[in-house]
Amino acid sequence: MRAYYPAMAGLMLGLPASAADLAIKVEIPRLSVAEYHRPYVAVWIERPDQSVAANLAVWYDVKLKNNEGTKWLKDMRQWWRKSGRELTMPADGLSSPTRAPGEHQLSFAGDKGPLASLPPGQYRLAVEAAREVGGREMLRIPFQWPPKAAETAAAKGEHELGQLSLSVRP
Amino acid sequence: MRLPNRLAAAAAALVLALPIAAEAHRAWMLPSATVLSGKDVWVTVDAAISNDLFFFEHHPLRLDNLQVMAPDGSPGKAENQATGRYRSTFDVKLDQPGTYKMAVVHSGLFASWKENGQNRRWRGTPARFATEVPKDAPELRVTQSQSRMEVFVTSGKPSDTVLKPSGEGLELAPVTHPNDLVVGSEARFRFLLDGKPASGVKVTVIRGGIRYRDNLEELTLTTAEDGGFAVTWKEPGMYWIEASVRDDKASIKEASQRRAGYSTTLEVLP
Repeated sequence: MRAYYPAMAGLMLGLPASAADLAIKVEIPRLSVAEYHRPYVAVWIERPDQSVAANLAVWYDVKLKNNEGTKWLKDMRQWWRKSGRELTMPADGLSSPTRAPGEHQLSFAGDKGPLASLPPGQYRLAVEAAREVGGREMLRIPFQWPPKAAETAAAKGEHELGQLSLSVRP
Repeated sequence: MRLPNRLAAAAAALVLALPIAAEAHRAWMLPSATVLSGKDVWVTVDAAISNDLFFFEHHPLRLDNLQVMAPDGSPGKAENQATGRYRSTFDVKLDQPGTYKMAVVHSGLFASWKENGQNRRWRGTPARFATEVPKDAPELRVTQSQSRMEVFVTSGKPSDTVLKPSGEGLELAPVTHPNDLVVGSEARFRFLLDGKPASGVKVTVIRGGIRYRDNLEELTLTTAEDGGFAVTWKEPGMYWIEASVRDDKASIKEASQRRAGYSTTLEVLP
C-alpha cells in the first residue's frame, strides 16, 4: 500500500480501488471415461477486445520431470495464443498442479497481485480447460472492476468444466 | 506412371513447371503440429504429391532441396529423412523458441523442341542444358521454373526472422503470422515476385480432408495491387495455399519464359 497524500487525490482517482476483492469457484466435473487425466486449466481476466489484462491461475502437470508437462500448455488454445506463449512456466504465484474433480476456490484481493494494477473498466473472467485425450472448453463471465456492489455471476460448462461462479465485492 | 519412380517423383515435384499436368496433382508438406509448447520439442513432417489433400496416395516428395531455417536464421537439421512408396518424412528438433521454416525450393529449366517431327521434352539444370539440349533445334522453347514450398512451425512465441523474403521467385510475405491463424478471424498475406508486390495473382485455398467430402470447397482469390489477399477462415484445419505466375523475366539467360510457383500448408485452429 502506498501512503495517501491529499495532494495526490486527483491522481489516485484513476487508480484501481484497493479494497475490492474477487472470488472464483471452478468446478471440475467427475467424468466417467476409460482414460482420465486431470485437465489443464487457465484462469485469466480479459478486456472486451479479448486481450489479456491479468493472468490469475494456470494449473498444469508441474510434477513431471524436466518440466515436461509444459508440452500440453498449448492445448489451452485461447490462453496459449493470447498470453501463455509469452510466459515462462512454472511461474511464481501463477502456476500450480492440476486439480482433482470437485469445486475449487480462488480468491484475489484488489490491492495485491494481479488485481492491484487492473485499471477500472469492463472485463471478463475467462476459464479454459483442456484435458489430455479429452476435450477443451472455455467459459466467460463479464464483470465490472472495481465493483459498485457485491455481485455473483455464474456460467456452466458442458463437458470439461462444471459450475463456474464469480463473486466480486467492493 | 511408366517413368521410374524416382524420376517420376522429381517430375512431379516440378509439377508447377507443367501447366498441363499441374491440374491433377498437388505437392505438399504436412507438419505434425504448427503450434508447440514445452521443452524437447519435435515436429515430424510428411511430404507427398497427391490428388487429395492431405492423403499420401500418389508419389513421395523428393527431399533433395529441403532447407530448414531456425528462428535465428541459421540452418536447422532435418533428421530421420526417409522416402517411402507414397510419402517422404523427416523430423526437426525445435531447439530454439520461435518460428521455424521448412522449405523445398527448386530452380531449373524446362525445354521443348521438335526432333525429326517428334515432340521432345527436357527438364534439368542450366549446367546439363548446355550438353543435353540442341541449341538449334526447331521450335525450341526454354522456360525457367522456380518453385517454393514452405511450412512454418512455432515453439513458444512466434517470431519473424524466417518470414523475410529471399527476393527470388514467388514468395509469401505474411502480414498475419502463419502460426497465428484462428477460425473466424481474418488473416492477411502478400505475394511477392522477386521481392516486389505480385498483383493480379490467382491464389488457391483448399482445406484438407478432401476425401471425406463431396465438394472441394476451393477458394480462389486474386491478389490486389500491393500483392495482398485476405482469408477469413470458416473452419479449422490444415489448408493448402497455392499460386503461380508466368512471365518473361527469366533470370537464366537460356530461358525466354519464366514460371514461378509457391505453395504452403497453414494450420487454422478452432
